Amino acid sequence: MKKLCSLALAAVLAVSMSAVCSAKQKDTVNTDGSTSMADVMGALTEVFREKEPDITVNYSGTGSGSGISGVLDGTCDIGLSSRELKQEEMDQGAVAHVIALDGVAVVVNPKNTVTDLTTEQIADIFTGKITNWSELGGADAPVAVYGREDGSGTRSAFEEIVGVEGACVYTNEYGSTGDVIGNVASNENAIGYASLSAVDESVTAAKVNGVIPSEDTVKDGSYTIQRPFVMVTKDGVELSEAAQAFLDFASSEEAEEYIRAAGAVYPN
Amino acid sequence: MQVLFALCGLVAVGFVLLITVYLVISGIPAIREIGLFRFLFGKTWAAGQDQYGILPLILTSICGTAGAIVIGVPVGFFTAVFLSKVASKKVANVLCPAVSLLAGIPSVVYGLVGMCVLVPALRNWLNLPAGDSLLAAIIVLAVMILPSIISLSETALESVPREYEEASLALGATELETYFRVSASAAKSGIAAAVVLGIGRAIGEAMAIMMVAGNVANMPALTRSVRFLTTGISIELNYSQDGSLQRQALFSIGLVLFFFIMLINAFLNLVMKREKEN
Repeated sequence: MKKLCSLALAAVLAVSMSAVCSAKQKDTVNTDGSTSMADVMGALTEVFREKEPDITVNYSGTGSGSGISGVLDGTCDIGLSSRELKQEEMDQGAVAHVIALDGVAVVVNPKNTVTDLTTEQIADIFTGKITNWSELGGADAPVAVYGREDGSGTRSAFEEIVGVEGACVYTNEYGSTGDVIGNVASNENAIGYASLSAVDESVTAAKVNGVIPSEDTVKDGSYTIQRPFVMVTKDGVELSEAAQAFLDFASSEEAEEYIRAAGAVYPN
Repeated sequence: MQVLFALCGLVAVGFVLLITVYLVISGIPAIREIGLFRFLFGKTWAAGQDQYGILPLILTSICGTAGAIVIGVPVGFFTAVFLSKVASKKVANVLCPAVSLLAGIPSVVYGLVGMCVLVPALRNWLNLPAGDSLLAAIIVLAVMILPSIISLSETALESVPREYEEASLALGATELETYFRVSASAAKSGIAAAVVLGIGRAIGEAMAIMMVAGNVANMPALTRSVRFLTTGISIELNYSQDGSLQRQALFSIGLVLFFFIMLINAFLNLVMKREKEN
């Protein structure tokens, strides 16, 4: 019996081995860059793997800057950047393909009467210059500044766009977007931030410079707390067939659903 | 049969060894890169700016545990005296199961109640912006360590020979004098063990205090949001990149925590040994 079993096992192994060997050599696409794009990239690569099983897309999160320099140096096929390209990068031949937009909403408790803030006021609140809501025309109550923990993409996006990187004085930090929204909903003094897609009726998304945050205002650019998710290629360097296929897929209408599911806004 | 028993014993020992070795191996690289002194005594923890100093976390863990002991030990000890000496049988029959029930409540429930009741209450009473604070964590921890302190002290008090108390009473001491001067003194190493066990439980708790402490790595202050060693690991683990210095530093925090707990355990063993010798 034992012998028979092992024989059968060996046969199965042999068959699967030959199957693997006969399969076409897999093409790989190496992408490198922004850690904030991990969710979007995860969603896109997963679907793309089903569509094109012969192509493997690798993603390594090293930061927007090193992603862009990676594609310029030729160490990766597609660079990933969660900010717009700088002029000097474009001078070196970097070409931007915006595949998604990421909006961050500033949320306050529904009972709070302060619902319209300027970018400057937001920066002052988060750096601890404004500590009482009465300074903004609200109730005489202390401001509770809620944010995310270090390493969160939402936190780095928000701090980067508002220009308060590393300067925030948080009252509390939470480990997830849901926690931030839940705790803002239960504390009248609180202000926090969350990815636009996660905001619900339990909190008020404040107007920023008079603009209500929504998919439309993110798309037309009038809502300013947003950033693009960019795939970067180099001018004059032809992409491999596999890389071109992935880039085409990422910027196609088909990708819209998955980009939305990953919490970002589809740009077109 | 003997082999089976030996094997079961080995499993437990094996896991302890495995965890120890894993913690040391994964905890050392970050400490080496950051520098032991800067890691242990650095005042800022900001992974975004590559600053990995865990002094605020260590001090918070120490202050939080000390605070919980200051509140929890007197309450627990007096409850134990009440249960073992003063309370009538009927009352003790109600209270004892209640205490063991308290021990069985999962820590996330303590945290939830703390978050929904204690934190808003502190916010209103003290006019704080948020209410999540070291104070809230201390109160939650104090309640959480009560059961172990009560049950261990009670056992120690029960095992004091009846003759000691009778002799004291016969010499004219009042009942209260007898309980505190004679019984408590005879049971002191058992009570000390209870306290050390409480410290161990408090310093290792993560879930409940994560929900009430606010989790900003500030230097400890009663009404400010703080981050413990335990919560420091759990809050940043999710989004820290695999293999990054941040992730490695979290393991190093684990190593420091492990060291603290070993220290407390060694102390507990010492206390227990002394009790046996007495």
